[in-house]
Amino acid sequence: MSTPPGQFSRVLATLDLPGLARAGERADDAAVRAVLDRHRGGGRLTLADLAVLLSPAATARLEELATAARAATLARFGRAVRLFAPLYVSNACLSSCTYCGFAKGLPVVRRTLSVDEAEAEARLLADRGFRHVLLVSGEHRIEVSADYLAAVVERLRPMFPAISIETQTWSDDTYARLVAAGLLGAVHYQETYDRARYREVHVAGWKRDFDRRLSSFERAAAAGVRRLGLGVLLGLAVDWRADVLALAAHASFLSRRYWRTEVTAALPRIRPNAAGFPPVVEVDDAEFVQIHAALRLYEPDLDLSLSTREPPAMRDGLVRIAVTTMSAGSSTEPGGYSRPGAAGEQFTISDERPPAEIAAMLVAAGYDPVWKDAFPLVAT
Amino acid sequence: MTAPVTTPATAAADAADDGRGELDEAVGAVVRAAADEPFRVGDHTFTSRLMVGTGKFGSHQVMRDALVASGAEIVTVALRRVDLDRAGEGDILDFVPPGVALLPNTSGAVSAEEAHRLARLGRAATGTSLVKLEVTPDPRTLAPDPVETLRAAELLVADGFTVLPYCPADPVLCRRLEEAGCATVMPLGSWIGSNRGLRTRDALEAIIDSAGVPVVVDAGIGVPSDAAEAMEIGAAAVLVNTAIAVATDPVAMARAFALATVAGRLGYLAGRGAVGPATRAEASSPLTGFLSGLPTAPAAP
Repeated sequence: MSTPPGQFSRVLATLDLPGLARAGERADDAAVRAVLDRHRGGGRLTLADLAVLLSPAATARLEELATAARAATLARFGRAVRLFAPLYVSNACLSSCTYCGFAKGLPVVRRTLSVDEAEAEARLLADRGFRHVLLVSGEHRIEVSADYLAAVVERLRPMFPAISIETQTWSDDTYARLVAAGLLGAVHYQETYDRARYREVHVAGWKRDFDRRLSSFERAAAAGVRRLGLGVLLGLAVDWRADVLALAAHASFLSRRYWRTEVTAALPRIRPNAAGFPPVVEVDDAEFVQIHAALRLYEPDLDLSLSTREPPAMRDGLVRIAVTTMSAGSSTEPGGYSRPGAAGEQFTISDERPPAEIAAMLVAAGYDPVWKDAFPLVAT
Repeated sequence: MTAPVTTPATAAADAADDGRGELDEAVGAVVRAAADEPFRVGDHTFTSRLMVGTGKFGSHQVMRDALVASGAEIVTVALRRVDLDRAGEGDILDFVPPGVALLPNTSGAVSAEEAHRLARLGRAATGTSLVKLEVTPDPRTLAPDPVETLRAAELLVADGFTVLPYCPADPVLCRRLEEAGCATVMPLGSWIGSNRGLRTRDALEAIIDSAGVPVVVDAGIGVPSDAAEAMEIGAAAVLVNTAIAVATDPVAMARAFALATVAGRLGYLAGRGAVGPATRAEASSPLTGFLSGLPTAPAAP
């Protein structure tokens, strides 16, 4: 592919997102109505429109916003919600990120699963019905090397038509190698798009390099990764609206530049963990719903994923509005499906319902729980 | 190969009689009276000209009920959604009514090779060599890739498949697909799932005019009148999915599409009159009709 890495970094530099967010925050009810009307008329929304939909004035029209988002979600995705499970393969980490329960130096029990152990965990997930697995790890280039990940992907391939990773970022060669092994998607949250704040919370390690992380999707997409997972960690940066706008701009950039890829996004709120990191800003429940509904209207094709960090009522509610992918029955510690409690977890989950119960909730709400939505990308 | 020409699906709908059975009977009588020829796909023949998809439904049960109500004899299923490990335990294939022909599709494939591999998996799993070819590398428009679709069609035909390709509404590409040995062509009316109707109508008319294989209008059909419109301009069949799946009442919408498809087909067979200019009417009673009422003029001396 022809695009050199780091292009979105230049786009981001041209956008005054805090300025847009501030202008949006000052929007009045007439401005909100104008944006909603433009959406209803079939017009594409701009980042400035999205800023208006994220404003306090739009919070006052949340029901209207949610109704429009629901219609857009149904039109694009139908009554179907994709399910996946995270599989934590390692909590070893060489990065020091102040908000993370896996950060280097934290006194948690460290563990990296062997390929056999990863397969055993995966088999439990397959038995529970999952056909999409997300391999999660800390950032440890020795314990979770490219060789190791490729071996795990290859081992799990017969069981899972869809395999994604949420690990450190990689070079284009490694992405290509993982794709050849059977990788479908890569998830790399930017956490915050505010460079200054990013440097404050990413104290040391591989992840401290803002630009390497920001450009990772361009390398991944060019190497053939089909599904790109963006994310911001709400509560990390005070100006959460600017972060949501940046994520939206990133999603738009990637889906236009790498038109063969599917873009998916998650916006988790900080949960209690071993790092004991207090959120610097509280995104309340109404605002959390507003963010998801507004993103749906801005980028109707964006897959929005919601984890078990959120409580059942929020998950059940958002799936009717904008969320199109969910994890279920998650354990966030390595080996936690076979032997819970033996290693440190990344964060505490809020929705502890088992996968079958999540599926039953979706059915009761009139949605089809989709366990399998992919085919093996390489012959097994 | 034998094909289902009776529809247990319709019989099942009649069995669950809520007053609709009589309607189905009446429609069936009209169709038979029209002495329509069967709809042929390769070696298969069908009575119904409405094909339906299985995506986006809120549940497999609703999907099944809608399929039954539609009277469709061909149902397309995305192979990426099929899980053979779950056969008999609630997999989507378990909900396809008996007697309905299964048309596996290669949705999700982004290249000819992927579509070929997926089609082979599908044939091994389902036993049918029918395949709806979909090569859609752009996840946003799901627009078919004309280059890869043609390449895939050549690979699949050579491998013994009966190929029904989803394709752009392009008359030349449709001819090329026909030359490649496809059993039908399936040009789009508008983007998949958009419910925007026949935005490609001029191109569809040109395709229908020149095609030597059945033309099935696929994608974009949003309301029953769109299906009727496609049939009126001479489409051999229509394929509908989203419009039924996301309707408030999918079962009722499936029935509406069944009726509209038949109505459009009958309208086509009946032969429409010429389209007049926008600026003047053509009187239903001829203006010179009075001449015949006048006494015969005396012969010239």
